[in-house]
Amino acid sequence: MPKEPLLEVNNIEVRYNEIPAIFDASFKIEAGQIVALVGSNGAGKTTILRTISGLLHNTKGEIKFLGSKIDGQLPHHIAALGISHVPEGRGLFGKLTVVENLLLGAYTRKSELEITETLEEVFQLFPILKERTSQKAETMSGGEQQMLAVARGLMPRPKLLMLDEPSLGLMPTMVDKVMDVIKIISKRGTTILLVEQAVRDALELADKAYVLQNGRTVLEGTGKELLNSGLVKKAYLGI
Amino acid sequence: MSELFIQVVIEGLLWGAIYALVAVGLSLIWGVMGILNLAHGDFLMLGMFGAYWLAILLGIDPLIGLLIVTPAMFILGLGIYKSLITRIVKAPRLTALLATFGLGIFLRNLAHFLWRADYRMLGDTLVGDRVITVSILGGTNFISVPKLLAAGGSLAATALLYWFIKRTKTGRALQATAMNRQSAALMGIDTERMYMLAYSLGIACVGVAGTLLTNFFIIFPEVGIMFVLFALVAVTIGGFGSIHGALIGGLIIGLIESVGGFVGIPALKQALVFAVFVIVVVLRPRGLFGWAD
Repeated sequence: MPKEPLLEVNNIEVRYNEIPAIFDASFKIEAGQIVALVGSNGAGKTTILRTISGLLHNTKGEIKFLGSKIDGQLPHHIAALGISHVPEGRGLFGKLTVVENLLLGAYTRKSELEITETLEEVFQLFPILKERTSQKAETMSGGEQQMLAVARGLMPRPKLLMLDEPSLGLMPTMVDKVMDVIKIISKRGTTILLVEQAVRDALELADKAYVLQNGRTVLEGTGKELLNSGLVKKAYLGI
Repeated sequence: MSELFIQVVIEGLLWGAIYALVAVGLSLIWGVMGILNLAHGDFLMLGMFGAYWLAILLGIDPLIGLLIVTPAMFILGLGIYKSLITRIVKAPRLTALLATFGLGIFLRNLAHFLWRADYRMLGDTLVGDRVITVSILGGTNFISVPKLLAAGGSLAATALLYWFIKRTKTGRALQATAMNRQSAALMGIDTERMYMLAYSLGIACVGVAGTLLTNFFIIFPEVGIMFVLFALVAVTIGGFGSIHGALIGGLIIGLIESVGGFVGIPALKQALVFAVFVIVVVLRPRGLFGWAD
């Protein structure tokens, strides 16, 4: 019996003010996987994430989460289903403190006790945040803010964590650190959808990957397969 | 001389606290949804009439009426949000401005139509027109009890609202919605409900202020105009979107009006308030505590 995928995106089309940005994108995420969505700037990666989380709506196709259709639902409903979206640009609440940002991440959860538990787990993963609990988010460095954004994304204990360009604007050592953290999060059982322009890093990490070009998913395979594919090598890795 | 001056300062602070509560509601609505609620003063007028008619028709004293008018104004806020404001949230700023301006005109004229333009006043209230005598710096000063009650109630309401926003989960969600609506939605926050809540809380604030004012102030359909203008100045001084800024702005305006009228020409005391407004806009457009954006 084939396993039902956690998330299924089937032939979606998405328009911005009537102009299509995504023409035909399809992909699947199995529970436990790291799936990477790679492509150049403007290929539509962010648009796809925003559509999954309900900030945008698809005009064709469908999106299924745990077997039921979620497209057309409001963002806060989708978040409550267990999809956590760490958006491009982080979307932190700059005037609020680190711990306030984290607690907002757990907004959909009820049990104070469990929230405290998750908070401890997150602090273990990002010790720097524990030292900065009462610091305002906007006063932290770019790398720390990225850590906070990912940590906040973990606070709902999501079934699916979607990361939009977590390496953007970070210095190379920081990028490595972020990738390490993603690996750890995945090992602990969270399914991850990773959108990246840092194609090589993303493909090395991914169980499964899709290449997005001009609003279409044009290639799929395991991370290794894509690293060795001619198209990826030529277009993104410059080999 | 100093006795009189202290009296003027007391007067200024009492009025300032009342202006502050009106301003706090205005600032909350602006801070969360970016809408300047120009009908704010007219909601204050409705609150005053509500308390007035409760007293006249049902014999309910404003002090008890407070418990009826405040939730009633909250519910009115919900209704107005659902029927009008939700449609203009995404509209261009000018559209939203005109809509709340028009709403204000409508409410004022509705009041004219229903209750005529007469000046009304409540006699026979529980607090009456009692005055307490206090001794400050050796001199004797007088404090009007109904005014003191209005000021104290306004400060208490402001403090309660501040606590709610800063210390509760829903308050935190309100702040998050104010800062970044999309990001807040990704956290699972129903931002539409937060908008509705902010608007209704803002209107409930003037319900409190309006009811407490009926203990000593005249009630008429146009009464809100001066209050909304003063609240606008208070919010500008304090910084749009800031609760404690609105509080301090309100107190500053009360003092300017009172002390300015005492030291300068009484007829120009309101002009003085607006002169300060112009100076603040020129020198520090984001106000004392406003957010940088």
